[in-house]
Amino acid sequence: MSTRGVSASSDGYFDAASTEPLHPAAREVLLAAADEGWADPARLYGSARRARMLLDNAREVVAAVVGARPDEVSFTASGTQAIQLGMLGTAAARRREAGDPRVVAVSAVEHSAVLQSAAHLARHEGARTVEVGVDRDGRVDPAAFAAAVADDTVLACLQAANHEVGTVQPVDEVAAHCAGRGVPLLVDAAQAAGRVPLPAGWSVLTASAHKWGGPAGVGVLAVRRNVRWRSPLPGDEREGGRVPGFENVPAALAAAAALRARWEEADAVAARQRELVDHIRARVPELLADVDVVGHPTLRLPHLVTFSCLYVDGEALVTELDRAGFAISSGSSCTSSTLRPSHVLAAMGALTHGNVRVSLTSDATRDDVDRLLVAVADVVTRLRAGLGAL
Amino acid sequence: MSDATPVLDCRGMRCPLPIIELARHIGEAEVGALVTVLADDPAAASDVPAWCRMRGHEYLGADGDAYTVRRRH
Repeated sequence: MSTRGVSASSDGYFDAASTEPLHPAAREVLLAAADEGWADPARLYGSARRARMLLDNAREVVAAVVGARPDEVSFTASGTQAIQLGMLGTAAARRREAGDPRVVAVSAVEHSAVLQSAAHLARHEGARTVEVGVDRDGRVDPAAFAAAVADDTVLACLQAANHEVGTVQPVDEVAAHCAGRGVPLLVDAAQAAGRVPLPAGWSVLTASAHKWGGPAGVGVLAVRRNVRWRSPLPGDEREGGRVPGFENVPAALAAAAALRARWEEADAVAARQRELVDHIRARVPELLADVDVVGHPTLRLPHLVTFSCLYVDGEALVTELDRAGFAISSGSSCTSSTLRPSHVLAAMGALTHGNVRVSLTSDATRDDVDRLLVAVADVVTRLRAGLGAL
Repeated sequence: MSDATPVLDCRGMRCPLPIIELARHIGEAEVGALVTVLADDPAAASDVPAWCRMRGHEYLGADGDAYTVRRRH
């Protein structure tokens, strides 16, 4: 198989929130672990014990960064699978409890994997979803979330931070309330892990390695020791009975190496990225009229920023910027059949069309960002020019 | 809403087209008068009020697919 003709460069790449290029620390470990950690970690001979040891090392590293005990952490095949297993397994464990709690409380701006899992529980387990709204900045009001968590709540889900607009959620306040009511809280930390300190009050925490520069195909499911969980799938003994199938030891080890390296540099990277994001937030409205810069101004992730441009189609923006050599994501584009209006932007009362999500890799520079901003201003101006005076 | 309220029929159009139509025709109403947009793209439910906020007009609400706006300037 050839990859010739496909650029491996991350130049012009502003979609780190979708996936980060592999961290250099992960690349070395991935190659070494492919030689060292190929055997079946469930067996008892030497090569198998070595694979088991490597897998447990990976688990310890990940546990330390996400604030868990190693025996609380399982590796899944993806962040989405971690969310599905986390939500379905927690709900399954509570089904026989007194009162048969059936309400799943979620914020309106959760990742679609959370909303789809809640919909699955509604379709197949007689659950009901209660969505808690957000303010104009995309932030949940902890009191409003608390009001939605009651005796009939089987599970609450609140992201650490939003994947489209970067707003950090008040997880600790919500967690305290959930703990008081005895309701498990699942925290989707996919966008936050390895970048910012994570909240501690979760019952279940999920994350995804390719978002922090690890390889694809590795998710993290952490379940607190005192939280009940029952597999929603046929029985399998791998990963403490939580995740079915033969573990990908080399990928788990590479994911752990990337997370450790990413976490060690997190403060320095975040400081740089916050400056760049503040620059983008200030500069975009100077370059373009009729732009809605969205997300909380300060309570936000360091690496991602979103704005929407009036009268412009999101898919046209993505296509034109790609032509100019820039990769961005758009949560909008209603003219297209492939992209649906973003439920996150809609919940915030933000403009859903003409959306640009810029997310920075850890090595992005001011020059990179300024080149992107020039291209965005040029593309939006050109797309609007065809419309006449509005 | 009086019978004299102009109605922009944008049914069948995908956003941002209904918003573009609204921006094109808002000037035809007197300042203080109402304009109604008919739009069946679900994105209009977010984008009509967002347009009003960004452009300084008043969003009066929706009745099904009918979104009513008051021209403010």
